[in-house]
Amino acid sequence: MNELQFLTWVRGTGLNIAVGLFLLGVLWRLIEIYSLGRKKDLSAPRHVAGASGWNTVFRRSIPPEGMVKRSPVSYLGGYAFHIGLAIVVFLFAPHIKLIQSLTGLSWPALPSQFIDLVAVVTLAAMVVVLADRINKPVKRFLSTFEDWFTWTVTFLPVLTGWLAVRHLLFPYTTMLALHILSVEILLVVLPFTKLFHAFTVFGSRWFNGAVNGHKGVAV
Amino acid sequence: MSATLEKGVRVIKEVIDAPIASYFNSCVHCGLCAEACLFYTETGDPKYTPIHKLEPMRRIYEQEYTLLGRLKKMAGLSKPVTDAELKEWQELVYNSCTLCGRCSVVCPVGNDIVYMVRKFREGMSASGNAPDGIKGAAHRTVTIGSPMGVKLPAVKAQMKHVETDYGIPIPLDAEGAEYMVMLSSMEIINFPEYLGAIAKIMQQAGKSWTLCSTAFEATNAGMQIGNSDIARVIVSRIVDGAERLKVKTVISPECGHAYTALRWEGANLIGRPFTFEVKHIIEVLGEFQEQGLLKTDGKETDRLTFHDPCQLARRGGVIKQPRNLMNQVAANFVEMPDAGFMNWCCGGGGGASAIEEGEELRLEAFKKKKSQLEAVKPDRLVTACANCRIVLEEGLEHYQMDIPVVGLTEMIAEHIPEMEAKP
Repeated sequence: MNELQFLTWVRGTGLNIAVGLFLLGVLWRLIEIYSLGRKKDLSAPRHVAGASGWNTVFRRSIPPEGMVKRSPVSYLGGYAFHIGLAIVVFLFAPHIKLIQSLTGLSWPALPSQFIDLVAVVTLAAMVVVLADRINKPVKRFLSTFEDWFTWTVTFLPVLTGWLAVRHLLFPYTTMLALHILSVEILLVVLPFTKLFHAFTVFGSRWFNGAVNGHKGVAV
Repeated sequence: MSATLEKGVRVIKEVIDAPIASYFNSCVHCGLCAEACLFYTETGDPKYTPIHKLEPMRRIYEQEYTLLGRLKKMAGLSKPVTDAELKEWQELVYNSCTLCGRCSVVCPVGNDIVYMVRKFREGMSASGNAPDGIKGAAHRTVTIGSPMGVKLPAVKAQMKHVETDYGIPIPLDAEGAEYMVMLSSMEIINFPEYLGAIAKIMQQAGKSWTLCSTAFEATNAGMQIGNSDIARVIVSRIVDGAERLKVKTVISPECGHAYTALRWEGANLIGRPFTFEVKHIIEVLGEFQEQGLLKTDGKETDRLTFHDPCQLARRGGVIKQPRNLMNQVAANFVEMPDAGFMNWCCGGGGGASAIEEGEELRLEAFKKKKSQLEAVKPDRLVTACANCRIVLEEGLEHYQMDIPVVGLTEMIAEHIPEMEAKP
């Protein structure tokens, strides 16, 4: 298989398989998790403004008082790479074109120089949070193979994408094919690892907000 | 697999619900929950990271409720939970967790970790891994009637004392009273001023109230060990008593977990909504204050601060009432750092104070309270939970800090004019 055939495969069959597994995986996992249900709370509720599932879905994006100081890298690094990923994935012109070809939806892109800068910041932030995971006793203690593995499969698409755009390391065709392949690996892995928090984070925050909101506590 | 382990695993499987599944899938091992836990912040030992305290439960979840986990289990690739492991986890699930819920309010993905610990305790208890100290308290509550072995005659003796001292009759089993007042053993034995305070406050407010001969003990060690069967027996007594006397409201005493057990878990334990309301005494006092039924004379002039019991504030939503009450009777009320919603636990909640072997760790964790107190240097410390009070007194004594601890209800009552108190 030469590089062009490789690119053709990842753009066609490879992409179809990855997207298919991703969609099926997400659907399966969501059913597997949320069909477990929960018992109705029979205690008399106390209603307080701001104490509900939806409030917590949004409020939990803001760090509680004093926490940034206790773990600055978690918060600053975390914000930087999550926002960075969102910008790079959804606001880079070629990505929007791909999404348009698949779904028909499109929106304005950001200038590619800006995306380039964001990609560098994202990569740097990810390296910093990795270093923090290695350095901080609690994070190192909690870390399993999955933590290192998911970091890698998240990092590679950003890195290969940036290298491809910059025409670095390998010829463009090869780099682009590697980039698409790394995204496909990420898609397949996502539903079955901690990366699935991308979906469950909303359910978890909602449950926490709803359970405590029932008591009139805005968490 | 031993019979008890089998039972424990079965119970854990039963308590796992959609929220728990969602929480386990959301955890990204960021470790921020550790920063919220006083057992980690004061010891620096990563094993006290709240989410780690649930590791056996997480594995059971994965092995039983996820496709990949089941496949791994079938292929013999997963590590089964063992008796020895659960035994080892006792320290993490009980001694070093007071169910304070700070972890649940900082987790960035929104995991309600304390919700999971509470459920995990059901399995720990079923597998015979609950600590003897709390097991004993739960057993005494069921067989004798209270965790400290207090029986009705002791309560009656206390009632008589208070009637003599305050000149106010203490009603027992008065049908149709508006309020049924509950006590904690701690109050019957160590803090009898509480009952006198209630008598004065109710008399001034002109409210009818009663104690109940079949349900005077409010604390619920069954909930603390995580045994819903025992917790249900204890709650049922109170429900039967309240329904027999046809009271409108049951007042939970100055005790955090009694409030949680009755106010939030009670109806779920008996499987139907209550026919009466449940309020913490501080909520009732807050209402009296708003309605102008709480008239006090004079103010404390020394420097006072308030320790929020976790179950009352963060887990119960009663935060502004104690402050309004403090301001009514204290001229020099100062707040500790993190006071209110984010207050740090005394270190002995959730049954932890009943675990003898956990004392050393508890005193280590108390350094957090010590530093909070050192920041404001109060003359006295006010709280609204008899268990917090005992744990605070022990900690203060250990660190040779001369700060008396008082209950908010009795402090309020001391400012109720004597003339009005006597008929």
